[in-house]
Amino acid sequence: MRLKTQLVVAVLSGIAATAAGAATPQETIKLHQRALAATCANCHGTEGRTTDGSAIPSLAGMPRDYMVTQMKAFREGTRPATVMHQITKGLTDQQIESVSTYFSSLKR
Amino acid sequence: MMKRRSFVQASLALGTLGSSLSMVGCATTGSVPAKAKVVVIGGGYGGATAAKYVRMLSNYQIDVVLVEPNENFISCPVSNLVIGGSKTMGDITTPYDNLRGKHGVIHARDMVSRIDAAKKTVTLAGGATIGYDKLIVSPGIDMMWSSIEGLQTASAAGQILQAWKAGPETVALRRQLEDMPDGGVYAIAVPLAPYRCPPGPYERASQVASYFKKAKPKSKVLILDANPDVTSKGPLFKKFWAENYAGMLEFRGNHKAVAVDAKSKTIKFETSDDVKADILNVLPSMSAGAIAMQSGLANVNNRWCNVDYLTFESTAAKDVHVIGDSVLAAPLMPKSGHMANSHGKVVAAAVVAQLSGMDVNPQPLLTNTCYSFVNDKLVVHVASVHQYVAAEKTFKTVAGSGGVSAAPNELEGIYAWNWAQNIWADTLL
Repeated sequence: MRLKTQLVVAVLSGIAATAAGAATPQETIKLHQRALAATCANCHGTEGRTTDGSAIPSLAGMPRDYMVTQMKAFREGTRPATVMHQITKGLTDQQIESVSTYFSSLKR
Repeated sequence: MMKRRSFVQASLALGTLGSSLSMVGCATTGSVPAKAKVVVIGGGYGGATAAKYVRMLSNYQIDVVLVEPNENFISCPVSNLVIGGSKTMGDITTPYDNLRGKHGVIHARDMVSRIDAAKKTVTLAGGATIGYDKLIVSPGIDMMWSSIEGLQTASAAGQILQAWKAGPETVALRRQLEDMPDGGVYAIAVPLAPYRCPPGPYERASQVASYFKKAKPKSKVLILDANPDVTSKGPLFKKFWAENYAGMLEFRGNHKAVAVDAKSKTIKFETSDDVKADILNVLPSMSAGAIAMQSGLANVNNRWCNVDYLTFESTAAKDVHVIGDSVLAAPLMPKSGHMANSHGKVVAAAVVAQLSGMDVNPQPLLTNTCYSFVNDKLVVHVASVHQYVAAEKTFKTVAGSGGVSAAPNELEGIYAWNWAQNIWADTLL
């Protein structure tokens, strides 16, 4: 019964996706933002969620301003790090703000 | 508004329905569709990540077939600790079934025997043919056996191992070390760069020395390197060796192996004297993976695959993208698992954009963090950030970014193990 409902929903959403046609500029921006944020996922988990008990922090749901401040503190050397000071030196302000905006929008 | 979970379920159901429809007329392999929008060859760090992220970034609208013969992923990173004895094969093994169960990736447990870029199909060893709109090729590396005379036969006989693709050879090399009497010699021969995992040979030598120090203190480790010096994290490794493995571990540069003799356990070199050892671990030169070599994708010196770095599309075949160790490396781009995972995300985003009528990201970014264990607890890393530079059509490391550890330390030992857990999850779960 439940499976049947899912299939109906699936077919309808499939039609909706096809009918929607070309992507909107917002969808394109979102894809590029997700791709940039995915560069953090190797260590900080897919969509910013690490494995249970990880010593490396999750980023999903981290407040945007806090994350921007921490990334810049790593970059300027005011917050000590093992790796993040070297990674953040490779990022522009705009990239730091973009990934922080994205992760702050996700549920923990 | 549909909740996230029910949307995912709905999309997964759609994927199932879609594949069962396209199954009509496919008589060869029950579980393989005749056509998929995206086909990925190889389930390593590059291919598995690409398969998962095409699904995720398309909001589960683009169907993906992953062609990978194995049931489980076995990680090369951390596998040196299995050789050193502080981790087990179970610790470095993750099943592929989450890619299917959680992300709706169709896993075809087979090998690709042929790519037809004109017809846009791949043929599997089992006989089935799958059409694609986009093909992502991530076949890792292949051994160039002809670079060292006698090696292929000795390797096939299990006498001289490489253990450079984690799996049964990892276990076999560990067993050779356990069986070696105290006072024996282990020798690893390193090929000229570029090869898979630049610091890997030095981490392995460190792991063997760490094991010998505890269990077989009269034994020796020899690194016989075709390169003039340690090619990655050199000062860190050499300082640690001098302080911890003096008299046990010896590094010899400019030792390019040209032949082996399994019977007398001897390595012959281009310009140096022969070396005999109880255990020979000889790495030949490496090239792009076999299917890339056979398909004309390895168009640089018949060895590596040239790509348009913006999308990783092959310069040899349209709609065929190559990622991971097989790719001709951009400046300072290492052949590492972390880098392959990063390639997987850039290619996934590019392919999703192209199949959805979106602009491709004009500024893709790659990161790399590579940890090496110098014993069972202490770790050093090298990190880098690679930004696509449109004017030069390549990735370049960002000036002032990246670097190495100040010294081996235990904190990074914890982070290294957590890095492994997280990248395995990011690639496979």
